[in-house]
Amino acid sequence: MAILKDMHDASKLINSTFYWTAISPFKGKGIRIRASISEMVKAGYNSIPIVSVISLFVGVILALQAAYQLKRFGALIYVANLVGVSITRELGPIMTAIIVSGRSGSAFAAEIGSMKAAEEVDALTSMGINPVKFLVVPKLIALMIMMPALTVLSDCIGILGGFLLSVTALELHPYNYFRQTIEALLIKDIATGLMKAWAFGVVITLVGAYQGFKVEGGAEEVGRRTTSSVVASIFLVIVFDLFFTILFYYFT
Amino acid sequence: MEKAIEVIGLTTHYGEREILKDLSFSIPKGKITVILGGSGCGKSTLLRHLIGLMKPTKGNILINGKDITVMEEEKLDEIRKKIGISFQGAALLNSITIADNVSLPIQEHARLEESTIQIMVRMKLDLVGLSGFEDFYPSQLSGGMKKRAGIARAIALDPEVLFFDEPSAGLDPVTAAGIDELILKLRDVFKMTIVVVTHELPSVFAISDYVIMLDMGAITFSGTLDELKASDNARIRMFLERKPEKITYSPEDYLKIIAGD
Repeated sequence: MAILKDMHDASKLINSTFYWTAISPFKGKGIRIRASISEMVKAGYNSIPIVSVISLFVGVILALQAAYQLKRFGALIYVANLVGVSITRELGPIMTAIIVSGRSGSAFAAEIGSMKAAEEVDALTSMGINPVKFLVVPKLIALMIMMPALTVLSDCIGILGGFLLSVTALELHPYNYFRQTIEALLIKDIATGLMKAWAFGVVITLVGAYQGFKVEGGAEEVGRRTTSSVVASIFLVIVFDLFFTILFYYFT
Repeated sequence: MEKAIEVIGLTTHYGEREILKDLSFSIPKGKITVILGGSGCGKSTLLRHLIGLMKPTKGNILINGKDITVMEEEKLDEIRKKIGISFQGAALLNSITIADNVSLPIQEHARLEESTIQIMVRMKLDLVGLSGFEDFYPSQLSGGMKKRAGIARAIALDPEVLFFDEPSAGLDPVTAAGIDELILKLRDVFKMTIVVVTHELPSVFAISDYVIMLDMGAITFSGTLDELKASDNARIRMFLERKPEKITYSPEDYLKIIAGD
């Protein structure tokens, strides 16, 4: 019974989020543009440093791990292919999604949850302001834009990390490495990565908002819901990643 | 007596437990109606139904003759523009200033120039005695001031009906009296219909025109303040004279309770 109710609540949230994001703006109800921009700054701009550092390290790690195998075959130059393709197709989007789940997914749950506990959500409803429109839609718009943007950043810096390691420790020629990367990468590698990133953004927002609205009691439950929002969004991100990877493997 | 709100056969449940038992009453227009009752008697639940935050299992609630229990959310929002609610904990949005809190319903529902909105906000804040606190955040205000700011937000759109949930809860007697005075002013100056949910007796005596008393989810009394004072119902006398409830068990019952069956 509890699972059925959870599913009902989740589908209600998804339904109204979709309505207030994609349908009501065309009925002249408007979108809170300024709030969306402020969410973009919080979720996107402010996570540039952490995304950059982690992507750089992942690029370096990936190049080293690839070199460990490839040098036995004297095929060190293929480090460029491996780093380029795995970062753009997989690691860029997933690393970004995990960082954003931890930073923003949890923040969404905590913000909405504490507002729910302090009757602020009820106050919004009673003023005739839809809480989903007011709280969730700006966050959703922010993540739908910022997740792909951060992923592009993560792709570039990850490849840069691999490049820096290869031209120093592996003593590959910079130009050769560069050309090898360009030749290895296809548009579809980058595009599928960005599509994943967009979907992860939707998943993270919805999970955070769902957990936030589920808060019934006080501060303790806000903490509990925040934790489960991170766990659930990382889990769902990986489930969706699996789904998309299978889809793209067979259909692109 | 003109009715602002009419409740017919309202019944509601939390899970299996029946909270409100077939309530029927009406709230007169332009008067202060106090819904009185002990803790856990269902008065907050009743309030949440009156403002459309909860749907009853059964029964109808008519506001200005329109049934809000069967209304779609969008129509309900139209009704909500005409009602204001002051929450127990004020429920101001903590991330924005007092002025932004008060202007929120105006910005959302009325297309007005920014400068006009600012004038309206200053008028409302002045009315509740908070001039000069526009740029403060809710966390920088005391409990009484927050409550006043909450009232300013509730009256931002000049509502016809104004609800108060425990207006004097957690406030010292002087501040509480100030809130009572403000409620009277809103009735006299703006002719608002006011519904106050409370268990504070001094407030009840100070402000009420009409009293509805709830006990265990049912109405035990409804009438004017003088009729309440003259009532000889044992439960009402206990409440008015602040007598504790005596729970007496027979020894057999007590044994059953502690044995857990």
